[in-house]
Amino acid sequence: MLDILYKIFSRDNNSSKNIARERLRLVLIHDRATISPDVLLLLKEDLIKVIREYLEIDEEALLVNLENDKESVALVANIPVKGLRRAVNT
Amino acid sequence: MKSKVLVITSGKGGVGKTTTTANLGTALAMMGKSVVMVDTDIGLRNLDVVLGLENRIVFDIVDIVNGSCKLRQALIKDKRFDSLFLLPAAQTKDKNAVTPHQMKNLTNELRKDFDFILVDCPAGIEQGFRNAIAGADNAIVVATPEISSVRDADRIVGLLEAAGLHDSRLIINRLRSRMVKNGDMMDVDDIIDILSINLLGVVPEDESIVISTNRGEPAVMETASRAGAAYKKIARRLTGEEVPLFTLDDERILDKFRRLLKIAR
Repeated sequence: MLDILYKIFSRDNNSSKNIARERLRLVLIHDRATISPDVLLLLKEDLIKVIREYLEIDEEALLVNLENDKESVALVANIPVKGLRRAVNT
Repeated sequence: MKSKVLVITSGKGGVGKTTTTANLGTALAMMGKSVVMVDTDIGLRNLDVVLGLENRIVFDIVDIVNGSCKLRQALIKDKRFDSLFLLPAAQTKDKNAVTPHQMKNLTNELRKDFDFILVDCPAGIEQGFRNAIAGADNAIVVATPEISSVRDADRIVGLLEAAGLHDSRLIINRLRSRMVKNGDMMDVDDIIDILSINLLGVVPEDESIVISTNRGEPAVMETASRAGAAYKKIARRLTGEEVPLFTLDDERILDKFRRLLKIAR
């Protein structure tokens, strides 16, 4: 009897479909987080182009990478700044 | 009509690529289209047995690309429909006997004679997959409502996009409405939401598929088959017709109707 009640009330959160969906969501975050070196290089070049307009950066030491943890994926960039460009009057 | 080359793919094995190819090909032929189905699963050919044409094979796809025979000699005409043809895979030759470039030439050659060229892709993401997608205009991705299958489908969609095939469409196969209703199977919306590609159709789990495969007669020829009816709808969509999607409610009504009929009997 308790089992039946439990089933009725817990169906929405604990249904195996929801478990599947959640597990799939997490696994795909990681599967999709692989980026080809070519694409990463293009991204790096574009980043440099944009940032250079505002900051003087050490282009050789610039590091860009995708980092995973359990719940999320982050684009982590380490960009050493040599100096600020003089502000252009607007 | 401009001919279309469609590759039927999935990543994971056993989700129904070959069954889907056989049924869509047959359904399109029943609609009067000229269709050729190309089996690219070299070493593990199966489209021939699903169609009941296994005894008619003389030449295969490798013979054609090697130039050992003419295209027409390798094409097998279906027993039932005059406008339906099969180009079988080789069973005993090397898996890498065909290259993507050769596949592209082959599909271009087939375009001259057929409205639809359906390419049945092998499971996996290696050379066989590369070959199968080489000449395709669009891809049809088949997935069942299981984590493993949806995950592989996601990977395939990514690989298809990297290869320049952008508007892939999804067939969700073997959906069990009762399990969905009880919250024990992912629903169409869940899967579409996760994969974010367009839905081409939904095919219900149906025992008639096993029976029709046993006989070598695609389920679309069986009027009572629910899976067959779903494939027929998908085939109409492929010709550009707007056909409403199969929904769970439809099926519930059908079930009730069936039950009523049983009582009446």
